[in-house]
Amino acid sequence: MAIFINESSKVIVQGITGGEGTKHTRRMVASGTNIVGGVNARKAGTDVDGIPVFATVAEAMDKTGADVSVIFVPAAFTKDAVMEAIDAKIPLAVVITEGVPVQDSAAFYAHAAATGTTRLIGPNCPGLISPGKSNVGIIPADITPPGRIGLVSKSGTLTYQMMYELRDFGFSSCIGIGGDPVIGTTHIDCLQAFQDDPETDAIVMIGEIGGDAEERAAAYIADNITKPVVGYVAGFTAPEGKTMGHAGAIVSGSSGTAEAKKEALEKVGVKVGKTPSETARLMADIMRSL
Amino acid sequence: MDLFEYQAKELFAKHGVPVLPGITADTPADAKAAAEKLATDVVVKAQVKAGGRGKAGGVKFATSPAEAEEKATAILGLDIKGHIVKRVLVTQASDIASEYYVSYLLDRANRTYLAMASSEGGMEIEQLAVERPEALARIPVDALAGVDAAKAAEIADAAKIPAEVRDQVIDILVKLWDTFVSEDATLVEVNPLVRTPDDKVIALDGKVSLDDNASFRHEDVFTAFADTSAVDPIEQAAKDKHLNYVKLDGTVGIIGNGAGLVMSTLDVVTYAGEQYGNQKPANFLDIGGGASAQVMADGLSIIFGDPSVKSVFVNIFGGITACDAVANGIVQAVELLGGELKHPIVVRLDGNNAEEGRRILDEAAIPGLERVDTMDGAAARVAQLAAVGA
Repeated sequence: MAIFINESSKVIVQGITGGEGTKHTRRMVASGTNIVGGVNARKAGTDVDGIPVFATVAEAMDKTGADVSVIFVPAAFTKDAVMEAIDAKIPLAVVITEGVPVQDSAAFYAHAAATGTTRLIGPNCPGLISPGKSNVGIIPADITPPGRIGLVSKSGTLTYQMMYELRDFGFSSCIGIGGDPVIGTTHIDCLQAFQDDPETDAIVMIGEIGGDAEERAAAYIADNITKPVVGYVAGFTAPEGKTMGHAGAIVSGSSGTAEAKKEALEKVGVKVGKTPSETARLMADIMRSL
Repeated sequence: MDLFEYQAKELFAKHGVPVLPGITADTPADAKAAAEKLATDVVVKAQVKAGGRGKAGGVKFATSPAEAEEKATAILGLDIKGHIVKRVLVTQASDIASEYYVSYLLDRANRTYLAMASSEGGMEIEQLAVERPEALARIPVDALAGVDAAKAAEIADAAKIPAEVRDQVIDILVKLWDTFVSEDATLVEVNPLVRTPDDKVIALDGKVSLDDNASFRHEDVFTAFADTSAVDPIEQAAKDKHLNYVKLDGTVGIIGNGAGLVMSTLDVVTYAGEQYGNQKPANFLDIGGGASAQVMADGLSIIFGDPSVKSVFVNIFGGITACDAVANGIVQAVELLGGELKHPIVVRLDGNNAEEGRRILDEAAIPGLERVDTMDGAAARVAQLAAVGA
């Protein structure tokens, strides 16, 4: 099981011939991911380490049966690449690229929502991993073995930190949803998927300042999630009006604060750690008690 | 990037949104000359990126060039919510029959855009939204369909814009949408949009935020509108080295890899600092996944250049870049900086190949550099060192 990707996922790489694309394709292959092809219109017919390069996403899907695309193309070309993946009706498109203009993200999100056949993850995200089964994106594969914790996070390195601290328990799936203002898959989408996944027993949710995704997730948890959830929110001490690294990580006036997010989560019974390590201890206690 | 009013109005004019003629001035004498050139009653307006300028005495009416000079003297140098006024906009004055409000903004929660409009403009929109929410129309805008004349009419009618000026407002709404999309804005706001006694509709004020991620499509605008005077000199130095740095007001310099981890580090250091006389982080600095020696050296030199820093926390979780590479980077960075540390450094290395990374640091035995292997423990130690150094 796991969520969104598993051992039968067939993955293509858009931007496989670029520096980042090639480097991470090799890493994904090394960690056992079934990479079946790449896409680059100008280099169609060539290969990368024996992986065939196709002209279009549609052709790659037709020839290989791919059901996941991971996108490494530069920000200026990301919108076209994602639109192409959506038009080809790929079931899952994972957008790793950082620095995508938000109007481009809003456009491809609207297109995916209207089409209804593609789940988007990202942009500006590390991707996702179902340890031991499949690894799509840039998350290091050897941090944690498989297990029964589900993890959803806005941040890459905090994801790794949490995977590392809880490696004795292991994870079913870890999803980096990205820190941009407009993202394809939200905390709520992942919470529901973990709730429905028989291989997941408990969920860690990592948020950060900006927007109100965590508050909405809290409301969703109250009504829909019965599995235990532990939360962490980064940015309690971030100043108002300053963007903290991620384009979406900004406190605007009194909205988007870490305090408000923590309160919303605690109000619905989610235990929220003060530091990443304390959060990991809270989850470890839950896993031991199950 | 948030724009000044005069910059917002330049963009409005470029896209055909009606604005009144105006000239910026950095001195009272220039303000006088501007008023002479405009040859009319003028309004002298403080150019700061903050609301409430009127209440703070930053917007004044003048009936002669001499009076414009006098008003500019009063306004230049004012402190408005922490922003010092360095420039005024001298603009033609207008008679006002009524005031409207219109804006487009990114709606994060619904992952689309929102048009907001009201026939009761003028006051702070946050106040209107709270006191008379029924007077503020909120119309979702589809990211792909955008705003055409029919959509603009829907917005104008929802805002109860009077029939006499409805067509003008619809036209302005379409042109503002064109501004929003063409300039890659995340916010375009006109408050007030005024109706004059002779039924002309004019954007009397303007607020625009542009998407920094889209700067590659608008190099000319971003270059022309960059506000270098307001940038902290250390932030500017960091920007010149392509570092993702934000100046804060504490004593503990922070370097980490990944935005979320660095934000988390700020929090953990603040908590730990409560035990040591409220030591706080001096900055946010994300050196990204790579963490090469040069980037580490650049980061350390920026932090050492901050006179308020007393100690430094290097917090690394080795992911794709293994800890041994980061440790070598730290050792080389210290060499690049001349081998001497200006302030004590606490390094926490965890994750990919952490043991080898720690061994490399131990072997280098750099005076003033300590390693602590947990994030919470390292935060406590670095706060303690800042307290001793302070």
